[in-house]
Amino acid sequence: MAIPLKYNLRSIRVRWRATLATILGIALVVTVFIFVRSFAHGMEATYVKTGDSRNLIVLRKGSTAESSSQISREDARRIKYMTGIARDEAGNPLASAEIIVLILLKRMDGSGTANVLVRGISNTAIALRPEIKITEGRMLRAGLNECIVSRRIADRFQQCRVGDSFQSGKTTWNVVGIFDAAQTAYESEIWVDADEARSAFKRNFYGSVLLRPENDAAAATLKKRLLDDRLLSIKVQTETEYWDEQTQSAGFYRFLASFLAIIMSIGAAFAAMNTMYAAVGARTREIGTLRALGFHRRHIYISFLLESIVLSLLGGIVGGLISLSFNLISTGTFGGTSFAEVAFQFRVTPQLLGTGLLFALIMGVIGGLLPARLAARKPVLDALRSV
Amino acid sequence: MLVQIRELTKLYSHGEIQVTALDRISLDIAGGEFVALMGPSGSGKSTLLHIIAGIDRPTSGDCHVRDINVADLTETQLAEWRNHHVGFVFQTFNLIPVLTAYENVELPLLLTSLTGRERRQHVEAALELVGLGDRMRHLPRQLSGGQEQRVAIARALVTDPTLIVADEPTGNLDAHSAQEVLGLLQTLNRQAGKTIIMVTHDPKAAAFAQRTIHLEKGQLLNGNGQHP
Repeated sequence: MAIPLKYNLRSIRVRWRATLATILGIALVVTVFIFVRSFAHGMEATYVKTGDSRNLIVLRKGSTAESSSQISREDARRIKYMTGIARDEAGNPLASAEIIVLILLKRMDGSGTANVLVRGISNTAIALRPEIKITEGRMLRAGLNECIVSRRIADRFQQCRVGDSFQSGKTTWNVVGIFDAAQTAYESEIWVDADEARSAFKRNFYGSVLLRPENDAAAATLKKRLLDDRLLSIKVQTETEYWDEQTQSAGFYRFLASFLAIIMSIGAAFAAMNTMYAAVGARTREIGTLRALGFHRRHIYISFLLESIVLSLLGGIVGGLISLSFNLISTGTFGGTSFAEVAFQFRVTPQLLGTGLLFALIMGVIGGLLPARLAARKPVLDALRSV
Repeated sequence: MLVQIRELTKLYSHGEIQVTALDRISLDIAGGEFVALMGPSGSGKSTLLHIIAGIDRPTSGDCHVRDINVADLTETQLAEWRNHHVGFVFQTFNLIPVLTAYENVELPLLLTSLTGRERRQHVEAALELVGLGDRMRHLPRQLSGGQEQRVAIARALVTDPTLIVADEPTGNLDAHSAQEVLGLLQTLNRQAGKTIIMVTHDPKAAAFAQRTIHLEKGQLLNGNGQHP
């Protein structure tokens, strides 16, 4: 049997000041790691949730996002009336020519302004996106400079409640409805009529056309027809493929999380190492006694390594608990591809907490290896003579 | 003979200077003896005790304990050998401060194949023997010096070792506690037949032993290394 773990646990408690400092250091690293990763995870989840695999999105060839795409009015009309597109009850093709514009709005908390994404839509936009529900007020009507605002934008920006109006350029937009977008990327948008948007923001083109093929078989034919049309210079992909590509901005935060974590973990591992060196130094005579009683070098090594791991796991648990406090908090950040504020929720998943603990464990092992080796290699007699 | 030492030499190097701690010592100690090693500081008595106990190695010569030459054992073998054959009593008690009296005494038994129940029986018996049956759950800091040393003695005898080595066991105790501890060692020797080797400066402490061996400058005085 090895040296009992209670020996380590009680020794940790005795040196509570050094222990606390180390635990908090590791907890800080784990918190930052989980914070940034949950940030990336939340953004990613927002994009992944967005899009209907039945829909096709048409962009200009070479464009990677709606914001950088241009589809002329003629081309939009040509696309909209292609055969193979499903129709609504009124017989209108389920196709929405849309345009993306960025406007500046004042934040609710008075901390300045931020870019908000305005989407100019056609009247079939909601039929193409059944997850969008008007939860307050009503749907906008074309020709009246009306807009509907996502719940999160309404909560985060001034003058975005039903009945409010805000100025952008020379146009005053009247808020007539609030919509819930089921935590998709549309949660970060304001919707207006596409033609009013083109007029107000002086654009003579659309950014994209979202359309619904009649069925799966028609989708492939329609896609081929669109791509084969020599008059169109476009690219066609499913709506879900498009939004998957947009997750690249979350990738930056994942990289940032890893980068920050590595830099900070080096410091935390040194802190753990320092604590463990101090522990070995303070308990040299105990080590000598244990060796004299018959415990092997490997017992001492494992005991001190375990102590370091316990310390770091405690730090990991504290870091995880702190991290849980920002789970599901809604926030917004600059979205890399849309250049607008993207609203999302922090997602502290069990997997992320597990990764944080694993990360703490690695710090504990790295921090404990050398001190444990030092403890195990002390000659018995020298250790016993230690004051 | 339980302990047979032949031509034992221990040299220490301090830079270019070489110090002879033990100089070709030969000595026999029989099983059941209570031997006191006496001598001035630097005489080599502690070095001799450490070699017999397997926590130091000789430069040359043999140190047989129960026909095993301790000097030939590897580090790992030596650790196991100490656990089975040697009980230590230190001047500074060397109890683990965060463990209770019971847990301190149980420590060497954790390396044996005894079950939890067997360990408990052994530990309780050892602590009862040293008169601390009612202090089992006390931490070392909650005990007096004499009580701490008695816990250390319980720890030394709990594995029923071949020999108990005591390095200045009364050096940190008041006169009354010292008498108690020495009396306890003597009882263990006389009634339980334990072989005890004790290093001491104090002639009064040495008087509790059956035989006193004097060392000076690494050599035995009066040729008293041979068992009478």
